[in-house]
Amino acid sequence: MVENKVLLRVENLKKYFPITRGLLGRRVGAVRAVDGISFDIKQGETLGLVGESGCGKSTTGRAILQLHKPTSGNVFFENVNLTKISAEELRKLRPKMQMIFQDPYTSLNPRHSVGKIIAEPMVIHGVMSSQQLKNRVAQLLELVGMNPNFVRRYPHEFSGGQRQRIGIARALSLNPSFIVCDEPISSLDVSIQAQVVNLLQDLQEKLGLTYLFIAHDLSMVKHISHRIAVMYLGKIVEFTGRNALFDNPLHPYTQSLISAVPVPDPQVERKRHRIILEGEVPSPANPPKGCVFNTRCPLAIDICFETPPEYREVQPEHFVACHLVKESDQNNLDCEP
Amino acid sequence: MGQLILEVKDLVTKFYTLEGIVHAVNGVSFDLEEGEALAIVGESGSGKSVTVMSILGLIPSPPGKVESGHAYFAGKYGRCDLLKLTPAELRNVRGGQIGFVFQDPISSLNPLLTVGEQISESLVKHLGMSSEEAKKKTTKLLEQVGIPVPKIRYNNYPHQFSGGMRQRVMIAIAIACNPAIIIADEPTTALDVTIQAQIVDLFQRLRNVIGVAVIWITHNLSVVAGFAERVLVMYGGRVVEIARVDDLFARPQHPYTIGLIGAMPRLDARESKRLVSIEGTPPDMLIPIIHCPFAPRCSYAFERCWQEIPPLITVGEQHRTSCFYDLDKRRPRDG
Amino acid sequence: MATNRAAQTNDSFLDIERTFWDRLVYASQFLLRDRSGIIGLILFLVVAIAAIFSPQLTPYDPLSQDLRNSKLPPAWFEGGSWDHPFGTDSLGRDLFCRIIYGARVSLAISFFGVLMAGGIGLIIGTFAGYFGGRVDAVIMGAVNLILSLPYLLFVVFIAAILGRSLLNVILIFGITDAPLFARITRGEVLRIRELGYVESAICAGARWDRIIFDHILPNLIGPLITVATFEVSAMIFYEAGLGFLGLSVPPTVPSWGNMLSVGRLYLVNAPWLATFPGLAIMFTSLGMNLLGDWLRDVLDPRLRRARK
Repeated sequence: MVENKVLLRVENLKKYFPITRGLLGRRVGAVRAVDGISFDIKQGETLGLVGESGCGKSTTGRAILQLHKPTSGNVFFENVNLTKISAEELRKLRPKMQMIFQDPYTSLNPRHSVGKIIAEPMVIHGVMSSQQLKNRVAQLLELVGMNPNFVRRYPHEFSGGQRQRIGIARALSLNPSFIVCDEPISSLDVSIQAQVVNLLQDLQEKLGLTYLFIAHDLSMVKHISHRIAVMYLGKIVEFTGRNALFDNPLHPYTQSLISAVPVPDPQVERKRHRIILEGEVPSPANPPKGCVFNTRCPLAIDICFETPPEYREVQPEHFVACHLVKESDQNNLDCEP
Repeated sequence: MGQLILEVKDLVTKFYTLEGIVHAVNGVSFDLEEGEALAIVGESGSGKSVTVMSILGLIPSPPGKVESGHAYFAGKYGRCDLLKLTPAELRNVRGGQIGFVFQDPISSLNPLLTVGEQISESLVKHLGMSSEEAKKKTTKLLEQVGIPVPKIRYNNYPHQFSGGMRQRVMIAIAIACNPAIIIADEPTTALDVTIQAQIVDLFQRLRNVIGVAVIWITHNLSVVAGFAERVLVMYGGRVVEIARVDDLFARPQHPYTIGLIGAMPRLDARESKRLVSIEGTPPDMLIPIIHCPFAPRCSYAFERCWQEIPPLITVGEQHRTSCFYDLDKRRPRDG
Repeated sequence: MATNRAAQTNDSFLDIERTFWDRLVYASQFLLRDRSGIIGLILFLVVAIAAIFSPQLTPYDPLSQDLRNSKLPPAWFEGGSWDHPFGTDSLGRDLFCRIIYGARVSLAISFFGVLMAGGIGLIIGTFAGYFGGRVDAVIMGAVNLILSLPYLLFVVFIAAILGRSLLNVILIFGITDAPLFARITRGEVLRIRELGYVESAICAGARWDRIIFDHILPNLIGPLITVATFEVSAMIFYEAGLGFLGLSVPPTVPSWGNMLSVGRLYLVNAPWLATFPGLAIMFTSLGMNLLGDWLRDVLDPRLRRARK
């Protein structure tokens, strides 16, 4: 089902936020939110981007869509380098790449009706007559499983899950090929999460969409993604297919992450061996020298404190950034997912 | 069965707001044994937080009101009904006999006092220790909850700790006076998953060492799957199922529980099966319930479900559910 | 997180019920719960009616002098008469009339002053907040410059160059109060700019004009209205202050400030000359403050009832 054509390619993407001090805004440092990541997303697939708070996954999504201007690196969307084109050309490409936001309570303008919210992208790009607009908005509402009569209502009349659907309808209005889903279900109740995730999968099948699914819930990311990239402190530490990641996690961080995620099965839970990480996550303004994970890694050796590990393909379609992983290596920590 | 330290019977709590009356808790009953780990699971609007807030006397009194019910607590000074205590007596219980840990430690910790001072204060007040003794005990507590270099961290302020560490401080405060129960309301929801695992682990260790009972409130069943001994599922301000954790997952007897379990993807699943999604939306708590609150979303609902509120009935050992439909026999229950 | 969401929302009263009638009903419910709001409303209405219907309410022309009847005390004192219920001033002008006409000056100055200050502040605050960087630095620099102006010196300067008139007082207030609105607007713009729906609009390809006019400005109105109400109250005081110093409207125009200034000279002999203007200023300001408090409560999203 996954076609081979690459829709999005990210090369060595970096986004640093300057830290300034003083009246004149002297630059004293930088928060390295995204520190040189590369990956590609194939058409029709879902790439899961997972990591804990501060790893830079949300910033990555925004930097790809040029909502934050990347500090350096390239983003190729359908072979067009988004970082090098003019603002006007970027605007013209926007219909094809959209975003769904995390917080359903601030992602819809409370002063606009639902119809106005969904129609806005189409109005901006001036593509249709008002009758066509009305039809299209009704069609979109039905597509996301909502009553088309809701066009006149306002966001506050809806629950979180329904607001997310409105956000999805809006994102779909210009027929995008690529959607960045930035933690779209984190603020929702469990039963509603399932509704929204099912909807996203149905839409992917129906419309051939490509997703970048950003989340911290590893179980959900595994459920919906074809390939998964694990981020830590601005870097990708491991990137491979969903089953490969769980059958054969190579990076120590991935291993401890997997061991920490609870499973809804008491008997499995009681037998689990958790890899407990010591120490705290360093600040992205002051990342450690060498491998970013060295402050907490149970296996760190001397070289890990000196040189950042190279991000390379150690097995077919399996990328890792770790000094301890040699070519075609198996698990080096004993842990069961 | 061990001794019961908490018996909640028919708790009803309402909020009188401009919009109308919010029927937050509609007749909740459950027990807690000494040293037991009980999980209360429910989504937003289920009334799980309001239930324990009512028991602890933390409901803001207008607009909230605990209308009726009992919460018998077998404390240090004998058995009493928490709902009938005066505010001063409740404060005593809260600090000294029932500890609590909330979701967001930032708002529960005083930013102007060091962490050590806050814990010592509680020890002096409730256990009558001298400040010397309190300081020593505090340092030991900090160590017990896994805060490294406790002697130094004693003098740190809350903002100098990370989220996970702050939560550990909250736990230290909660266990400081050797409470019989710790009530934890979504203690790990705001934390990263690796930290969450550490905190669950900590609670487990504390239970093993001190033997304190824990009520863990969450909306995520997975988190408590390994930790809880019994699980109580709430919906629409009522208890819909209560069972030992293995029974709940293996033989859920309420359609909502089934839906809740099915809605969660499993990390160890090879294929992604489509998630079970419970259609519809949570109930409007402004409407008083006169029938099963889950009926509008239930695929097994029949006439009786819309006419009466199902009572909690026993369907197995320590397993009760409030549902008129028998899922095993695939037909409405008799009686 | 999921559990807290049901109670928290950031919707404001302005979006709840869309019909004016529904809003009125909701606002009245709030009003009745909070009686000071009613008092504020009543006071405001009294002053507004006085200002609008001045000619109808007064038997005399406020400027007509009647030296034979000068310095009459209010009606309920010895020597006073109900022809002049509040008494007369040193030139025999009826005090009641002058108070009523004074309302016009006070309300005109405060409303138009706030309108001008708010207008200027809104525009520059929005640009500063939205564009940031150098634009922000320049604008806020100018704002700080205005704030650092010695207020009285500025007023004297304007009065000296341009003379004393209603328009000039409005001009003065419009300029000196603009920084407050600019700062508030800028703060709100900075906050709103980070919200999801603005990012969403950018994602859809909106340019800055759509974002500012369609998304940011409509959501600023709540806090701004509240501040505006408080500033109206404040400006009534400022006008009194200026009048007291002789820098407000010309002495022929009845303004409460002018009347206070003159009345000061007669505090021992004819205390009512200062008392009534003083009371008028006090009650009007109080009314606007209470109204502002009520408006803030009504418009505050956090005091909203829990969403379903």
